[in-house]
Amino acid sequence: MISVSVDIRDFAAFFIFNQKGEVLISRLYRTDFKRSIADVFRIQVVSNSDVRSPIITLGSTSFFHVRINSLYVVAVTKNNANAALVFEFCYRFINICKSYFGKIDEESIKNNFVLIYELIDEINDFGYPQNSEIDTLKTYITTESIVSSAIAAEESSKITAQATGATSWRRTDVKYKKNEAFVDVVETVNLSMSAKGTVLRADVDGHIQMRAYLSGTPECKFGLNDKLVIDKSQQGISDAVELDDCRFHQCVRLNDFDATRTISFIPPDGEFELMRYRSTSNVKLPLRVIPTVTEIGTTQVSYAVTVKANFNNKLSATSVVLRIPTPLNTTAVDCQVANGKAKYVPGENVVVWKLARLQGGQECTLNATADLTSTTHRQVWARPPIDVDFQVLMFTSSGLIVRFLKVFEKSNYNSIKWVRYLTKASGSYQIRVLLNAAMDGLCILL
Amino acid sequence: MAAPGQDAKFFQRGKIEEFRAELHAAEAKDKKFVKRKIVLKKIVANITMGNDMSPLFTDVVQCLGTPLLEIKKMVYLFLVSYGRSKPDQIHLVIPNFLQDCNDHNPLIRALAIRTMSYIPIPIVTDALNENLRHCLKDRDPYVRKTAAICVAKLYAADPRRAEKGGFVEMLRDLMLDSNATVVANAVAALSEIGDRQDGVIFKLNLATANKLLAALGESSEWGQIYILDSLLRYVPEKHADAEVMAERIIVQLQHANSAVVLTTIKALLYLMNYMENRRLIDYICKKMGPPLVTLLSSGPEVQYVALRNILLIIQRRPAVLKNDVKVFFCKYNDPIYVKLAKLEIMYRLARAENANEVLAELQEYASEVDIDFVRKAVRSVGRLAIKVEDASDACIQALLTLIETKVSYVVQEAIIVIKDIFRRYPGKYEGVIPTLCEHLDALDEPEAKAAMVWILGQFADKIDNADELLDDLLYTFLDESVEVQLALLTAAVKLFIYKSKSDKAKELVFKVLKWATEDVDNPDLRDRGFMYWRLLAINPTVAGEIVLAEKPAITTDSDRMDRGALDQLLLHTGTLGSIYHKNPETFIRNATGKALKDSPALNAHSRAVLVPVARTQLPPTTVNVPGPGPVESHDRADTPPLPDAPLPSKPTPPIPPEASGSAENEGDDDGEADPDDEPRGRTNDDPYSNLDGAFGNYTADEPRPMGAGGRQGDDEDLLF
Repeated sequence: MISVSVDIRDFAAFFIFNQKGEVLISRLYRTDFKRSIADVFRIQVVSNSDVRSPIITLGSTSFFHVRINSLYVVAVTKNNANAALVFEFCYRFINICKSYFGKIDEESIKNNFVLIYELIDEINDFGYPQNSEIDTLKTYITTESIVSSAIAAEESSKITAQATGATSWRRTDVKYKKNEAFVDVVETVNLSMSAKGTVLRADVDGHIQMRAYLSGTPECKFGLNDKLVIDKSQQGISDAVELDDCRFHQCVRLNDFDATRTISFIPPDGEFELMRYRSTSNVKLPLRVIPTVTEIGTTQVSYAVTVKANFNNKLSATSVVLRIPTPLNTTAVDCQVANGKAKYVPGENVVVWKLARLQGGQECTLNATADLTSTTHRQVWARPPIDVDFQVLMFTSSGLIVRFLKVFEKSNYNSIKWVRYLTKASGSYQIRVLLNAAMDGLCILL
Repeated sequence: MAAPGQDAKFFQRGKIEEFRAELHAAEAKDKKFVKRKIVLKKIVANITMGNDMSPLFTDVVQCLGTPLLEIKKMVYLFLVSYGRSKPDQIHLVIPNFLQDCNDHNPLIRALAIRTMSYIPIPIVTDALNENLRHCLKDRDPYVRKTAAICVAKLYAADPRRAEKGGFVEMLRDLMLDSNATVVANAVAALSEIGDRQDGVIFKLNLATANKLLAALGESSEWGQIYILDSLLRYVPEKHADAEVMAERIIVQLQHANSAVVLTTIKALLYLMNYMENRRLIDYICKKMGPPLVTLLSSGPEVQYVALRNILLIIQRRPAVLKNDVKVFFCKYNDPIYVKLAKLEIMYRLARAENANEVLAELQEYASEVDIDFVRKAVRSVGRLAIKVEDASDACIQALLTLIETKVSYVVQEAIIVIKDIFRRYPGKYEGVIPTLCEHLDALDEPEAKAAMVWILGQFADKIDNADELLDDLLYTFLDESVEVQLALLTAAVKLFIYKSKSDKAKELVFKVLKWATEDVDNPDLRDRGFMYWRLLAINPTVAGEIVLAEKPAITTDSDRMDRGALDQLLLHTGTLGSIYHKNPETFIRNATGKALKDSPALNAHSRAVLVPVARTQLPPTTVNVPGPGPVESHDRADTPPLPDAPLPSKPTPPIPPEASGSAENEGDDDGEADPDDEPRGRTNDDPYSNLDGAFGNYTADEPRPMGAGGRQGDDEDLLF
């Protein structure tokens, strides 16, 4: 039978491959594919060393893939699929696996493949993503053996009402002895600084993670010291933090937010991401890095890299890791640091300098000399930027503060709320480097 | 919380006979059905690995007797995989299906119809029909929402039957269901049916559209996408209708799911075509910017989708993101596809105010390692010079610095763009020509070589040793690609016109004309050779005027896509078509196109550029017979043998002179004039022809569907 495929939005097959290209999960939602479609993906993507797009279209068939821990999560379609939806679905699937199995890798997929088939049939029907709220799924898709007649009719009606209801993310029968809510404001600072020390780009990706252990059906109201800037030219003077944009978990009533800027919602039970936001104004940079890189003849490069903690001295940065790139023909690097540990990692062509703790206001310097082999012709060295990872507790780069979190529930219980702030960088706090020639101080481009 | 499974041990290839024996053994003594569960798991693992387990059909369906839900689900999975190939045995399970369809547990009812509808063979479909009708009216919303999708499956298998069964009408009723999830799935199913070329037409009127919007707030995120997407099936009759609707959905831009955001943007862009209120349009544009930027903090795959869409959106609505070029600066560790997409947006958003920042970034990128990225960065520097006059000095400086690196592909890219810069700013930068000439030997790519040859010819009067340089290049004339040959031919003619007294120039031009007309098979080259020859022979002065005629100014205007085409493409925001910047019907078999529908509310601008749906149909499953050579148009390739022109020491017209009148061909035509023109020639009325405009004919990294041509063989394998 040949089915005519048409311009709908979604996908027709779903696969998980391991690194070798073996199929770990294969679910064909539509009859227009044979399983052999998996071989095409294996050839085109898994065994291709230079894959330059997460989407590949061959003829009328398109493959979308997301890589995670050396697995490929793949959706296949013969339609003009909604690409954003397909990727969001893949991300969601990955999150569900993490929540169910604690991790997602080849081992956990193989250990739970039957359950995964059950899950993907529940969260996707004929290529259309369906309810994928983890909390709800866990009420009826479990590893325990259930005798089908054992689920009482009322019980399953409750489940189905929840899976299709307006608050599909929450069970109604949640009970806690102690009602608590934890709010984590986590900010990731992105920095791109030129070699001359000018900020090319600095912004904050923030997200507010909530762990709600609240009984019943709590109605929450949440307040921040924010204001949304739609038009940058209309900036007023106030201490409020300017957010360029925010996005909310589906539990938040967007109409309320639009009208009154209050964030009101009935939270899912347990952990979830309440909101994401972005800020680009007045971004406070916790760490300042001043690199001086000097070429001494053609056989040596010397480094003096200073890092300074730019925040209140009661706070401290932890897990500070600077990755300082060295030329490709480096043979050895002599590092000297008064704080932390620094060593040269030849495989990655970087000096890694780790500082367990850096107190506010503190300043540390690394001095290093890299020896180079003399090569007949210079290899192209892309001069990667210095990359800094760190965490600073109780600090927000944007200046965002939680003003209040109120919980209303009909049983009128008291609840305890905890707020924590964390600012971090991982792989996106970058300072570019210039090579100074020692002789005349001229900047040269490699 | 579920305990982690331990099933990996079942993930091994096994034999049909072993499994059959194990299943039989389990029938005798199987406490809590543990044995059966294990065998079934092994079987499911083998299905996954691609082993054909269908011979076990009768053995596996026996397990349906066990009351364990887990076992039932595995058997159903088996049936979904092999049911279609066993039309003669499927009747064995029909009673089980029917029993489950009437189970008191809604989850089981839904499971039964969901599974049945995955097995599109008549015997199952017949059994399903009546039950589906009940399930569409089930009191449980979970069953109804599952049933809605079943209708789409039924329709995919047999449209006529589904229509006759009255299922489409029932779906229409479900759009007014009290449960938002049911509404959303009904909309999804109707959309799929409505998109079929042979399907019923699915349109929304204002009342229904409003009802759907009412369900939006209670829908799951996926449901919101189905509903928002369906709004494109509603054609506003009044400006106010479009405006009110846009105001209702605009809050969805704040949703955490990027697909909800992009689909909302699609709907807003669509509705804006039917609006008149300038202030509201401006407001919506302003509101769209920040959420688009926020998409760039999603995973790289979603970032990529967002970037390709942003590239389209800013062409249609330049107000969006016009001050945000910085957010598109590349991070060192961005994946290459993200970097390439960002680069294009940076170029689009560049203007006098931010040109310096953009240039500094581009220079930074030019020292990275990915060749495609570096090339595109270098090319962008040149395009920036052409686009922003104030920045041209700095750009030329940057290009010269890059040329000094002597990295072959960097030099070549730089020369290609410098040629265009010469044309954009005549008389301003010719001083750099000597520097370029130093790098002649580094050029090994046709486009770069042709560009350099063009420069040599065009400025032969300013380059003292142009004749020598050209002579060197001519050594390999016969081995060059046509692009370079054409350039060499024209350059030699220009040289001769500039320096007609020079014996060397005469010798060169004669040599080239002789090769072009005698030794080369390419008809274009030969024709052009004859044309020049004739021109020179008849009237060298006129020839000079023609060959060195004033060139039309080069601009970056052609970079922008035709507006009507953009309007149409934006109807596919967020989809594959928006990634490739192609309408789906042009690269997906059987896809239907979309076009804006006229209505009294359609604003005059949008109406003026309205593009009807292209009726292009991709060829139906072509069977490609591998055989010799491409089937080119024989009628033209076999041009008659060369005219028996004797080739005297001085060029004389080999063919009668009257033909020469038609050889004007708008002055300069040495293949570089406007790269965009080349593809357009054949499809003049194609509004998409300048789609790749911004980077000339440089499309090495342009995302595009593969297949067709030589790969057709593979392609067919994908089909069924």
